[in-house]
Amino acid sequence: MAIKGNLHDFTLTQLLNLITMAQKSGTLVVERSNEAVEVFFTDGKLAYADTEQDDNSLAGILHKTQLLSPAQYQGIKSNVNGMSDKELGLLLINANYFSQQDIIQSLQTHFVDVVNRLFTWMEGFFRFESDIAPPDDKITVKVNLENLILEGSRQIKELEYLEDEIPTLDIGVKFVDRPGANVGNLSLTSEEWQVIPYIDPKNSLKKIALVTGMTDLEIRQVVYSLVQAGVVEMVRPEKPEGTPLQIQLADQLVQGDKEDGKSLLFRLIDRIKSL
Amino acid sequence: MQTLKMVVTGPFNAGKSEFIQSVSEIDVVSTERKISSEIERIKETTTVAMDFGRITVDNDMVLYLFGTPGQKRFDFMWEILSEGMLGFVVIIDSSRPETFREARKILETFRAYAPTPYVVAANKQDCEDAWEISDMRISLRLSPEIKLLECVATDKDSVKNVLLELLYSILAELENIKLEAVQ
Repeated sequence: MAIKGNLHDFTLTQLLNLITMAQKSGTLVVERSNEAVEVFFTDGKLAYADTEQDDNSLAGILHKTQLLSPAQYQGIKSNVNGMSDKELGLLLINANYFSQQDIIQSLQTHFVDVVNRLFTWMEGFFRFESDIAPPDDKITVKVNLENLILEGSRQIKELEYLEDEIPTLDIGVKFVDRPGANVGNLSLTSEEWQVIPYIDPKNSLKKIALVTGMTDLEIRQVVYSLVQAGVVEMVRPEKPEGTPLQIQLADQLVQGDKEDGKSLLFRLIDRIKSL
Repeated sequence: MQTLKMVVTGPFNAGKSEFIQSVSEIDVVSTERKISSEIERIKETTTVAMDFGRITVDNDMVLYLFGTPGQKRFDFMWEILSEGMLGFVVIIDSSRPETFREARKILETFRAYAPTPYVVAANKQDCEDAWEISDMRISLRLSPEIKLLECVATDKDSVKNVLLELLYSILAELENIKLEAVQ
C-alpha cells in the first residue's frame, strides 16, 4: 500500500520516525515546484540520497565535501567518464588517494546534508515506494536516523510550540479594548501589518492566512507576537448553554453493580451481533 | 427505557456519518450543510451539528450513536457529546495521513473528557491509498494494547466488528474494576 502525502500535513520527522521504527526499505521521493529529492533506506537506515540539482556522482560529492580540489574534480570528470561510483571509489582507494573510511564519511556527510535540507521544506508531495533499492552502481552507507530525527524535531519545535499556544486556526482575533491605545504608533513587522487589516472576530486565522498567502506557521507567528504585545486577543466560540440531548448513562456500568453492568453489556453484544 | 450512548469521533471527512448510517435502524438524524470553507471543501456537505443513530437492544434498552461534527470550529460541542458515554470510536481515514495528527489530538481530547474505553477504526481500508495498520499505529503513536481495527464504514459487518470490539473493551474494563475492588 502506498505511503504518500504532503509534508505540510505529515512532517519529515514523522516519516523518518515511521521508516526507522518499521525498519522499512525503499525510496522516499519528495517533490515541490522545481525540486525533487530521492532518499533511499535499507532496514530503516539512510542508505543513499540524491537531488535533481546537485552532481550526485562520487566525484561531485568528494568535491562538495572538499576532499577533491576543483582541479582534481575537473580532472576526474574528464578522465574517468563513464566509470561507475563503485569503480571510481575502488580506483581512488587502490591508488591511495583516499581510504575507504574517507569515502564513506564523505558520502554520509552529503546524504545527511540532503536530508537536513529536506527539513526546511514545509511543503512538498512525498511518496514512499517499498523495496526500491539505490542504483547498483552507487555506493551506499548505513546511517541511523535517530540523530536526523532529533535535528528535524528541533527545527519544527517552534511550530509545535506555536500550535500549543494557538491550537486551531479556526478561531478569530479582535483588537484588545484598551482606551487610548494607538495602533498606528506600534512598531510592527511587514507581516504583522499585512494581518492588521483583517483583524476581526468574523475572520478566522485560517481565512486570514488564505488571504495573505501565509503558511500556518507564519500566521501563528504573527498572531502570537500580536497577542504577546497585547494588541489583539483570540476569540473562541462561546459554549452554548445547556445540553442539547440529555442522555443518562446506565449508572451500574460506572458506579453500581458490576454483574448488572456485565449483563447489560452481553445484551448489547448479542444485539450488535444480530444486526 | 434505559438509554446508552456511544460517541463516534474523528477528523473531518473520516467517515463518521457513514459509520453510523451502516448500523442505525433509523435514518440517521444528521444536520448536513453545504461547506463554506474552501480548505474543507473536500466533500459537498458535512455534519455541522451531529449525527444521531439508534439501535434498539430490547424492550427497555436503546443504544444511541452520536457522531461529532467534523469541522474543527465545532469542537466546543465535543465535551457536551462526551457526557455519559459508554465508550467512543475514533474514525480515521487511512488514506489521508495529513489527518493523523488531528486524529491523535481528538483522541487525547476525548480521553481527557472521559476516561472511558475506546477503539480506533482505520476507515477506508478498501482504498488503494490506504496505509497499513502497522504503519498507522506507529504514526498515531498508539501503544499495542489500544485496538486499531481495519474498517470500511460503508460495510455493515465491518462497523459491527468495530462496535463489538469496543464493547469487549468495556467488558474488560469492567472486569478490571471488579478485580481491583476484590483486591
